[in-house]
Amino acid sequence: MSKKAVVVQFPGTNCEFDTQYALKKLGFDVEIIWHKEKELPEANLVVIPGGFSYGDYLRSGAIAKFSPIMDAVKEYAKNGGYVLGICNGFQILTEAGLLPGALKRNNNLHFISKHQYIRVETNRNKFLENCHVGEVLNIPVAHADGNYFIDEKGLADLIKNDQILLRYCDESGDPTILNGSVEQIAGVCNKEKNVFGLMPHPERAMESILGSEDGVKMLQGFAS
Amino acid sequence: MKAVVNVFLKEGVLDPQGKAVHHALDSLGFGNVSDVRIGKQIVLKLHAKNKEEALKEVEQMSETLLANTVIEDYTIEIIE
Repeated sequence: MSKKAVVVQFPGTNCEFDTQYALKKLGFDVEIIWHKEKELPEANLVVIPGGFSYGDYLRSGAIAKFSPIMDAVKEYAKNGGYVLGICNGFQILTEAGLLPGALKRNNNLHFISKHQYIRVETNRNKFLENCHVGEVLNIPVAHADGNYFIDEKGLADLIKNDQILLRYCDESGDPTILNGSVEQIAGVCNKEKNVFGLMPHPERAMESILGSEDGVKMLQGFAS
Repeated sequence: MKAVVNVFLKEGVLDPQGKAVHHALDSLGFGNVSDVRIGKQIVLKLHAKNKEEALKEVEQMSETLLANTVIEDYTIEIIE
């Protein structure tokens, strides 16, 4: 039987169909559910996709964290279920307290939309288990609020618990400053390693004809 | 009753918008500016028995929604 993934849709979400396409390509049975739902269907993976939930009003992800479905997502995560937040999804997961830190306005104030190299920092988790440490992936980014912030103590905890998933880098893997993120962090996970968040969009890197298929390698972790 | 909540990035958290405005002021010749911080002001009209009750409630609102205390500080002013 194929694995089941649920993609949560908020008002303003715009990557739900790309995410559905990407996960279907990996063999998932995918259901998109509206944020007003109070319960999640049985699933192997819950994805909070990218977009501009509630128009990014107040702060990115600040209003979405109170959507009815979020209680169910928290419960699902508490019970060990895999949750992946991409871009706005990452912002929502930090706002909801499911991931540490916060995402603020890019240092240069620009909306950055381009292909970006990112380096795999750890593969000791379900998400990146098919990648090797130090591997450089080519994945699109598209965000205005991707500047990851965490205080010194929080950063020390991330390092100690192997929670830094990805860093922005150049083609050869040397870290580069993209948006001002602390330690060039592009993605993190929780201590229990079942909740993942990243600013880059692996679901937009599924076909080499469109620039890169490195997203396949990333998302495949959840499919196996 | 009226409550005014001011939300700013914490000291020590770089404020990119403030920095850009600082540069702009500088290039316009306003050289006496040593720092610029940009925040948000949220004005609420609310029903409350007294100032203390209003303050307590707006504090809860600020902690749960109006500010993200990982990166932001807030001040509350209650105006009768």
